[in-house]
Amino acid sequence: MKSKRSWFERAASSPYIVWSALFIIAPLLFVAYFAFTDRDGAFTFENILSLSSYSETFVMSLGFSLIATTVCLLIGYPLAYCMSRTSERSRSILMVLLMLPMWISLLIRTYSLMALLDNGGLVSTFLVNIGLPKLTFIGTDGAVILGMIYDFLPYMVLPIYTSLVKIDKRYLEASADLGCNSIQTLFKVIFPLTTPGVVSGVTMVFVPSISTFYISQKLGGGSFDLIGDTIERQFQNQVTYHTGAAVSLVMMILILISLAIMNKFSDNEEAIIV
Amino acid sequence: MKFLSRAYIFIIFALLYAPILVVILFSFNESGNLSSFSGFTLYWYKDLFRSGEAIEALKNSLILALSSSALATILGTLASFSIAHSKNKYYQTVMKSVTNIPMMNPDIVTGVSMMLLFVGAALMFKLDNVLGFWTMLIAHTTFNLPYVILSILPKFKQMDKHLIEAALDLGCTPSQTFFKIEVPAIMPGIISGLMMSFTLSLDDFVISHFVSSPDFKTLPLYIYNQTAHEVKFSMYALCTLIILTILVLLIAVNLAGSRKKDRPRKQKRVKGATAK
Repeated sequence: MKSKRSWFERAASSPYIVWSALFIIAPLLFVAYFAFTDRDGAFTFENILSLSSYSETFVMSLGFSLIATTVCLLIGYPLAYCMSRTSERSRSILMVLLMLPMWISLLIRTYSLMALLDNGGLVSTFLVNIGLPKLTFIGTDGAVILGMIYDFLPYMVLPIYTSLVKIDKRYLEASADLGCNSIQTLFKVIFPLTTPGVVSGVTMVFVPSISTFYISQKLGGGSFDLIGDTIERQFQNQVTYHTGAAVSLVMMILILISLAIMNKFSDNEEAIIV
Repeated sequence: MKFLSRAYIFIIFALLYAPILVVILFSFNESGNLSSFSGFTLYWYKDLFRSGEAIEALKNSLILALSSSALATILGTLASFSIAHSKNKYYQTVMKSVTNIPMMNPDIVTGVSMMLLFVGAALMFKLDNVLGFWTMLIAHTTFNLPYVILSILPKFKQMDKHLIEAALDLGCTPSQTFFKIEVPAIMPGIISGLMMSFTLSLDDFVISHFVSSPDFKTLPLYIYNQTAHEVKFSMYALCTLIILTILVLLIAVNLAGSRKKDRPRKQKRVKGATAK
């Protein structure tokens, strides 16, 4: 009976094994294949070497997403902290309010932000009405970074909030009993206990920011070229698939390295699912 | 202190909702520009449904979300069963790492890699126009699978192993044990995995953007095409309808959830989480 059962157990996963070999592993091999071949299928380093002309794009994307992630953390941590301190009832209402933007498509949220910042939009009309000079937002660095912050802030708040509410209140009492003031408790007890939430939040903001193309297309007014835009453009035309694959490969490796570094910061290996 | 904290929460949420409220408000704006509200109209809503494209896209989205989430749930349940019961540590690690790949990769890389797979396969087998419903179904099932597996695996860990032994001792075949004992025990995980993949699939734009063709457009792809060049107020109407639907569903789920104490916690997609 035992052996029959283990046979059943092994057979159960075979569809998934086939599926992941075909549709998870094979696509990545295809990316590598396209990145290292030219149009005739001959092996070449040309695509990877040609990436040096994109170095500015890489630096700019990295800079934008780092700024967006930092600002999200600076706004999001206090927000999560304040939320965790409210009453049970208002917490559940705030949770719904926080989740709602996450369920609304990124397209819609970016498009709404555009409505607000657009050249004939409410903000610029308002500024003109109170006598300020007409400002253009769309197409500036600030608008693209603001878009990233606006779109991904909830993803920073949620994991931090979850790890804040999970903290055992007795730790805080112990810390107070042992003579910490509330600032010391914040830095010595609460911060360290919420590192997994912070790491998860930082990942959830950083990865989509560095790979976005919709935000820069809409709020950058078409003049922006982040890594995402570069990849998206290369894949519109079969001729440049090889360069596009090379850019994707490099970005994937960069992200894997940053994820590995970030996971070093959180010694908690537990799945951080919020 | 308490006042400051409340004010802070209020300000951030106000900023978070300001653009959304503007879209809802201006979807009823008569003049069709963004600088002032001149009068109430339902014109943009009629405009939206005039061509039937929006309804078609919604139908496509629902078909795709239903089929990909169902397929991912079946494959994922079987895979989790096998991973959870395996004694082979090496096999478990490999399976979990492979499962994590689509979650750790940015969507654009997943989309691009799937597109290259389909294009490469088409070149190899001399097919043209492979992109369409089937490639979308494959792509959506693939990015849904990790979330299904991650929500089911812990349920296998939590269940009482003695029940399985008892069932086998009492003469159940392995498959009977699976369907009669284990499936009911992991049901909350299956349901939350199914719901999560359904919503992820409805919501996905980036991956679909790369593996779709113009003849099978989902709602996000339709919005993307419509908003490509100019401000369209019929899109504000569509966004308003989507936002209101989500709001109603979210409130309904929360009301239902607050009645049941031990509801499965809603899980949102997390990049870089490790399955354990």
